[in-house]
Amino acid sequence: MRREVPLVLTAIVGLTMIVSHFIPPLNMLKDLFEDWFFIIAAFAIYLGVLNLLQVNADKIYKKKADAPFGAVVIFGFLAITVPGLFFSGGREAFLDPGTPFFYLYINVYYPLSATMFALLAFFVASASYRAFRARNVESTMLLVAAFVLMLGRVLISDWISGWLPEGYMLGDLADWVMDFPQTAGQKAIMIGIALGVASSALRVILGLERAYMGGE
Amino acid sequence: MNEEKKPAQKSFWDKLVSVDRRIIFLLIAVAVGVPLFFDVSPSMRVTPVVRGVYDSIESLPAGSKVLVSFDYDPGSMPELQPMAEAFFRHSLGRDLKLIIMGLWPQGPLQANLALEEVFRDDNIRTKNLQYGIDYVNLGFTAGNEVVIDRMGHSFEESYPQDGRGTPISEIPLMKGVRNYDNVDLIFNLSAGYPGTQEWVQYAVDVFHVKLVAGNTAVQAPAMYPYIQTGQLSGILGGMKGGAEYETAIGKSGVAVRYMFSQTMAHIIICVFIIMGNLAYFSLKKKRSKLEAKG
Repeated sequence: MRREVPLVLTAIVGLTMIVSHFIPPLNMLKDLFEDWFFIIAAFAIYLGVLNLLQVNADKIYKKKADAPFGAVVIFGFLAITVPGLFFSGGREAFLDPGTPFFYLYINVYYPLSATMFALLAFFVASASYRAFRARNVESTMLLVAAFVLMLGRVLISDWISGWLPEGYMLGDLADWVMDFPQTAGQKAIMIGIALGVASSALRVILGLERAYMGGE
Repeated sequence: MNEEKKPAQKSFWDKLVSVDRRIIFLLIAVAVGVPLFFDVSPSMRVTPVVRGVYDSIESLPAGSKVLVSFDYDPGSMPELQPMAEAFFRHSLGRDLKLIIMGLWPQGPLQANLALEEVFRDDNIRTKNLQYGIDYVNLGFTAGNEVVIDRMGHSFEESYPQDGRGTPISEIPLMKGVRNYDNVDLIFNLSAGYPGTQEWVQYAVDVFHVKLVAGNTAVQAPAMYPYIQTGQLSGILGGMKGGAEYETAIGKSGVAVRYMFSQTMAHIIICVFIIMGNLAYFSLKKKRSKLEAKG
């Protein structure tokens, strides 16, 4: 029963969501299932918070090697949530500029998050230098396309190809690459993904794919 | 007999191939950082995809309602925040009414930051815009694409209250706004999932609402097929898209200024790629010569 009940529930919900698209009276059931989804999604946030606290408190309690990191996580969590919940004017005002929550968001979370993303620029530069080689025809084509886009989509494009007639400048070439070869490739990928998702969904609904229940 | 072994002399190309990555990091830091100190506002050519966003907003009469979804966090702020500010300048300047929301928890805060910046502009400040009448921030709701789908039937079912806890039935701007039929345009700023792709699949395809978007440079190429099919009326792709949009609205902002940094960084990367390839081919030639000699 531990396996059969989830399988039957999945099949009923999955089929209802598909069929309701074609049979409008079944929208009532679809809405009901969506309501359940909202409730589960909201509880998932609480579950995530509890899990975060439990895992990191456990590290500290058992004095594991990474206990200091666990302490930082819990401190960071409390440093944001306590001012947000209790000292930022409640639900009415906590999103507004000037509250302690907003101050912490701007001065702590904001720069830390932006810094993590900004590091990509350095790694991309280093990786391009070491890995971007014209080893064969395919990689040479990739290299040429990358050059056209990297130079064609920045200010230098007009400086180095401004002497060419309108429509033939580096920027125009970059636009052409984006509009045609790139879009054609994207479409092929999207169709492939869509077919893959449809077949995976069908396998889940029919109970052939059971990995989401754990095991197998 | 006791000859000391001299270490093999590394050639110039060998040294180039094994250049310390910290040198690359330093050069990128200089290329990105130094241009920020220069106030460069070059003219940008506005591409058709960006023109699509601009025209979609220009075509709306004053008082039209635009749903704006902020689906990103501070990690993507350098690319998307300038777009948000330019969009607010453009739409509020044209007296459009804005219904702001977020499928990412940090989205509504990013919206407030952009509004705070835009309200400093004289021409926006003098309009005396009022919360609840000219714009409203519905906040964040968990549920990803299901939120988009449900809003097609009823905004109130996904957002019974705004971000401040006021029931949306009590907000003047939300009077008569039941679902997508009652908004004239959706503008989505997205850095991933859930984002523009979900808005296309669940709002445009099902409810036939008009959508324009601003995306990170990494994500934008995946949205081009939707432009060709007309599912997306225009897109701002990365910093360049933001800079073009600022040019289109006639108010250069940070995106135009940041383009100088991005240009320098791209030049450095291109130079490094060329050097790397020169070294690769020189060493390859050297190796094949040695092999030929046996």
